[in-house]
Amino acid sequence: MFAGFDWDVIWRSLPYLFREGMTFTLTLTALAMTLGVVFGTALAMMRLSAFKVLAAVAGAYVNLMRSVPLVLVIFWFYFLVPWIGGWLIGARQPIQVGAFMSSVVTFTLFEAAYYCEIMRAGIQSIPRGQVWAGYALGLNYRQTMAAIVLPQAFRNMLPVLLTQTIILFQDTSLVYVLSITDFLGAASKVAQRDGRLVEMYLFVAVVYFIISYLLSHQVRRLQTRLAVPGPA
Amino acid sequence: MSYTWNWGIFWQGAADASGTWLHYLLGGLAWTLATTLVAWVLALASGSVVGVARTLPAGWATRFGNAYVELFRNVPLLVQMFLWFFVLPELVPQALGDAIKQMPPPWAAYVPATLCLGFYTSARIAEQVRAGIASLPRGQRMAGTAMGLTLAQTYRHVLLPQAYRIILPPLTSEFLNIIKNSAVALTIGLLELTARARAMQEFTFQVFEAFTAATVLYILVNAVVVAGMRQIERRVAVPGLIGGSGPRTGH
Repeated sequence: MFAGFDWDVIWRSLPYLFREGMTFTLTLTALAMTLGVVFGTALAMMRLSAFKVLAAVAGAYVNLMRSVPLVLVIFWFYFLVPWIGGWLIGARQPIQVGAFMSSVVTFTLFEAAYYCEIMRAGIQSIPRGQVWAGYALGLNYRQTMAAIVLPQAFRNMLPVLLTQTIILFQDTSLVYVLSITDFLGAASKVAQRDGRLVEMYLFVAVVYFIISYLLSHQVRRLQTRLAVPGPA
Repeated sequence: MSYTWNWGIFWQGAADASGTWLHYLLGGLAWTLATTLVAWVLALASGSVVGVARTLPAGWATRFGNAYVELFRNVPLLVQMFLWFFVLPELVPQALGDAIKQMPPPWAAYVPATLCLGFYTSARIAEQVRAGIASLPRGQRMAGTAMGLTLAQTYRHVLLPQAYRIILPPLTSEFLNIIKNSAVALTIGLLELTARARAMQEFTFQVFEAFTAATVLYILVNAVVVAGMRQIERRVAVPGLIGGSGPRTGH
């Protein structure tokens, strides 16, 4: 069945695939995760805020992001970011934004909506008495959140946040639509150049599978370790 | 810095001379829905089979089900799309491969896109179905056996009718997901809603109008699905559960 295929093409292009492609994919994943969790947590606190306006704005943002396809969001920001950037610095033309910056902004803002819902569930799972105890100790809102609520929420939700990050890692392959050289993009370029689509795409699938499988396995182990011991 | 807005663009003739740009986008929406609905049927059917397999007493069925779910969950959707579109025709017998490659334009992208989305989503549905069955008290299965039902009858009359009703909310999210995921099919040339919004932008340079229209259409579809599923959820809720419609108190 595999006669006539040239598996050597994978070996030849390995340095390019990993040094260029996988580096991009992992950098984008790491940046979008870090910034996304920070912004997502801020959104979650807004959604739970007593100020109705803040809650409504955050809610609308999250619902909007969650009801449109990521591909469409990628296109949106690819065209929108230069205009917003130009407007921010008062330029007369839309500014030039590199593909990398554009995708970091896109994935941060998109994934923040998903991280927000996770952190919201995490914050809501903390007993209210914890907040009261914080106020009783004389802490203000910020101190209560930073020292008592968020650390617990974060710890409880760590497995879910990491699972979402594995999804993010897989989703970054969609930057392909902007012709960016991420892992899939690099493989695709080699595949088109050498006419070796079968070999390259199968290889890409195997690599993504191994990484995602190992990560999700680790997350499951973490989950059992973090699980609150309850009545057996 | 100024962008020239032109909302009237939707009533101007589209580049493919088939009608206005609005028509063009609505045609894209029709393809989005056609892909989504067929893929959903496929996903529901195969996901249910795999989900049930994972709860069967037979060890091999569980292992098969687990492998299936891991396989489809750990490879990005876009890569799976390429596997169905570029790789599969090369791996099947030559005659079949040639037949696949000679499919006329919309179907050449539509068929692999639908299969891809269907199987991708089926792994997620399998997970929901398994969780739904696992959430039922063990006594339900035992009661079925005690009443003399066969394993198949126990599933058909006792376990599945309850499990499906319990997992309706997560199934709704999966349905919303499959609509959104169908946009990935533009990478293999399916002219669904997002692809057409991009094509419109390329022809008219009205970037923000085109994408706004697509966004609004997606939100509308979303709202219709959520409202429809709410109705169904209310109709089939299991009485007595917290989520079910038990005796109502208060207003």
